[in-house]
Amino acid sequence: MPIEIEIPILSADKRAAEDIEKDHTHELLFELEAQGELVVQRVPEPYSEVDTKYGRKKKIPLQHTWHHKSCGQCGHIPGYSTSIFWLHRQLGLEYNDPKDQTSCTAWNYYASATSNAAAQAAVAVRNFAAAYESGYFPLIHCGTSFGHYKETRHELLHHADLRKQVREIMAKLGKQLVLPEEIVHYSEWVHVIRDRAAQKRVYDCSKITATVHPACHYHKLVAEDAIYDREIYGGQRSAIVTSTLQALGVNVADYSTWFDCCGFGFRHILVQRDFTRSFATMRKIEVMKNEANPDVTITHDTGCVTTLDKSQFAAKAHDRNVGVPVMSEAQFVALAMGAHPYRVVQLHWHTTEYGALLEKMGIDWKTRWEEFQGDLEAIKSGKKEFLTWEDADAK
Amino acid sequence: MEQTRYTVRNKYSDVPYEVKEQLFREVKSDLRFTDYLYGCYECGICVAACPSARFYDFSPRRIAQAVAREDVELIYEQMNDDVWECSQCFSCNRCPRQNSPGGIITVLREVAVKHGLRSAKEALGAYGRVIYKIMSTGTQVSPDMLQPDAFPDWGPQVLDVSKNLDTWRKAIPPETLHTTETAWEIDDKTIIELYLIWHMTGVMNMIEKVDEGLYTILMDVMEEKLEEAGYSM
Repeated sequence: MPIEIEIPILSADKRAAEDIEKDHTHELLFELEAQGELVVQRVPEPYSEVDTKYGRKKKIPLQHTWHHKSCGQCGHIPGYSTSIFWLHRQLGLEYNDPKDQTSCTAWNYYASATSNAAAQAAVAVRNFAAAYESGYFPLIHCGTSFGHYKETRHELLHHADLRKQVREIMAKLGKQLVLPEEIVHYSEWVHVIRDRAAQKRVYDCSKITATVHPACHYHKLVAEDAIYDREIYGGQRSAIVTSTLQALGVNVADYSTWFDCCGFGFRHILVQRDFTRSFATMRKIEVMKNEANPDVTITHDTGCVTTLDKSQFAAKAHDRNVGVPVMSEAQFVALAMGAHPYRVVQLHWHTTEYGALLEKMGIDWKTRWEEFQGDLEAIKSGKKEFLTWEDADAK
Repeated sequence: MEQTRYTVRNKYSDVPYEVKEQLFREVKSDLRFTDYLYGCYECGICVAACPSARFYDFSPRRIAQAVAREDVELIYEQMNDDVWECSQCFSCNRCPRQNSPGGIITVLREVAVKHGLRSAKEALGAYGRVIYKIMSTGTQVSPDMLQPDAFPDWGPQVLDVSKNLDTWRKAIPPETLHTTETAWEIDDKTIIELYLIWHMTGVMNMIEKVDEGLYTILMDVMEEKLEEAGYSM
C-alpha cells in the first residue's frame, strides 16, 4: 500500500521565478522614498552600468566612495584593504576611509545567532546613515556584509513594522533611515576599473594560471543582484573576479568544485576548524591542484582568503596535495600594477608559500623583503612612526 | 503479510510538547520565515550543495521538510542537535522552490539562543570571546587575536604575527589600520551608538540567556562608556 503523505503547500506561488527575475527591489525602494518612509542615497556620478544575473543594469560608482571595511580583512589580511585603497590612489579616484563605521556584525550573526532582524537592520542602517551624512557612497569590502545588507534591505522594504522600529532607533541616534540606491561590493568596482588597471600593468601575467573561488555570500545571497556577463562562462556563473583576471591576461583555469564554499562556516573557522580544514583542502585546494595545478587561487571575500590560505599548513603536514598561494583579486591586481608586495600587499600576513608565484610574475620579492625589513627597523628605532602612502610608493 | 513496526524515538521526551510548540510558534512568527520556506520537492539539491552534509550527519532537506510538516518534535530535536553544524554559506539557496534552509536555520538558532537551550550554550561555549569582541569593540576579529595557542593549526606564521604585531601594524599605510585591539580605528561616538542598538533591540537579553558571565562583563563595559556619554542604564 502506498503511504499517503500530506505535504503542506505554504506560500509556494507567492514568489514565482519570474518575480525574482523582475527584481522589484528598486521600484519599492523609490516608492517608499516618495512616501517619506526612508531616504535613498543616489549613486554618485560618474558611474558604470553593468549587467546583473537577469539583466538589470546595476550602477557602480567609480569614486567618491565611503569604504565600509571588513573585520577579517583589516584584522588578519591587512594587505587586502590596503590594496583596495592603493588601487584608488593609483587611478586618481577619491575615497573616504571612515572611523564612524562599525562591522556589519554579520559574521557573528551567522556564527552565533546572538542577534535578531531588528538589531542587524539597525546596524546596517546606522552605517548607511553615516555614509550619507559624509556625502560619500558606501563601497562594501566584505562579501558577507554585502550579502547580508541585501537581505536586510529586502526585510526593510517588505516589513513596515521593521522600518518603524529601525526609524525609531535611528531617531534616538539622531539619524535617518537611509538605504543606498545600490549595495555595491568592492569586487564590482574592480570589475568596472579592470581595463584601466590592465593598462597600468607592469608585470606580465600571461604565464600565470589561476583558479577562481567565487564567494558564497556574493553570488548565493540575493543572487539576482550579482554581476554576470554573457562573454564569461556563457553567463552561467558570475563574471566577477574572472573578468578582472582575464583583463590582466591571466589564464583562468576551471575546476569541478567551483560552486562549493570554502569551508569557512563562520562558527567553524573560529571554534570547530577540523571541519573547515578538511573541507577547504579536500574539496577545494586539492581539487584545484589535481585538475588545474594553478600558480595561485584568487577570490574576493574575507573568509575565503583566510580559510583557503590558513587551512593548507596542517594539510601539508599530512602530505596532502596542497600548496597554492591565495589572495584577493585586489591584491593580485595591485601586484600586477607594481605595488610593493609587503608595504602595500602585505603578503607577510599570508601563510602559504607565494615566492614562486612572484618570481613567475617577474617580481624580485627578496629585494622587496629587504626593503621592508629596513622600514620595520626604522619604526622600531623610532626614526619613523608609521609607514605612509608616500613610503609605500617610494622607488 | 508480515509488517515491520518502526518506532520514532522521542529524544527529548522530558521537554513538554507545549514548550516545543511554543518555540516553533516563535520560529514561524519571525518576519523572515515566509521568505525562507515555500514547500519542498524533496529533490535533494540543497543536500548536494551543502558542505556540512559532506562531513556531518546533517541534511538541510530534513530541516526544511520538518519545518514544512510542522513536525514539532523533530524540529525541537534538530534545534538541539543539528542546526549548529550548518556552515551558513547559503549554497542551499539553489533550491528550485526558492527555499532557504540556511535562513530557516538562522531563525531556529536565534530561538534556541533566546531560550537558552543547553545545546546553544554548548555550541557557543568557546565562542564567547568572539561575541565579546564584536559587541564591545564593533569589529569581529582583531590583530591581537592571532595567537599561536588559539590557531596552532595555522603554523608558525601566526607566531611571526604575534611577535611582531605592533611593528607590523605600524607598517600598514592606511592610518585607520594601525590598531591591534580592533580591526580598524572606530570613534567613541560610533561605539556608543552600537551599544544603544544592542540594548534597544533586545540583543543583551539574548546574551543573558545564553551566557550570564559574558552578559555581566559586557554590561560593565557598556555601562561605563554609556554613563560617560550621559546615558543612564
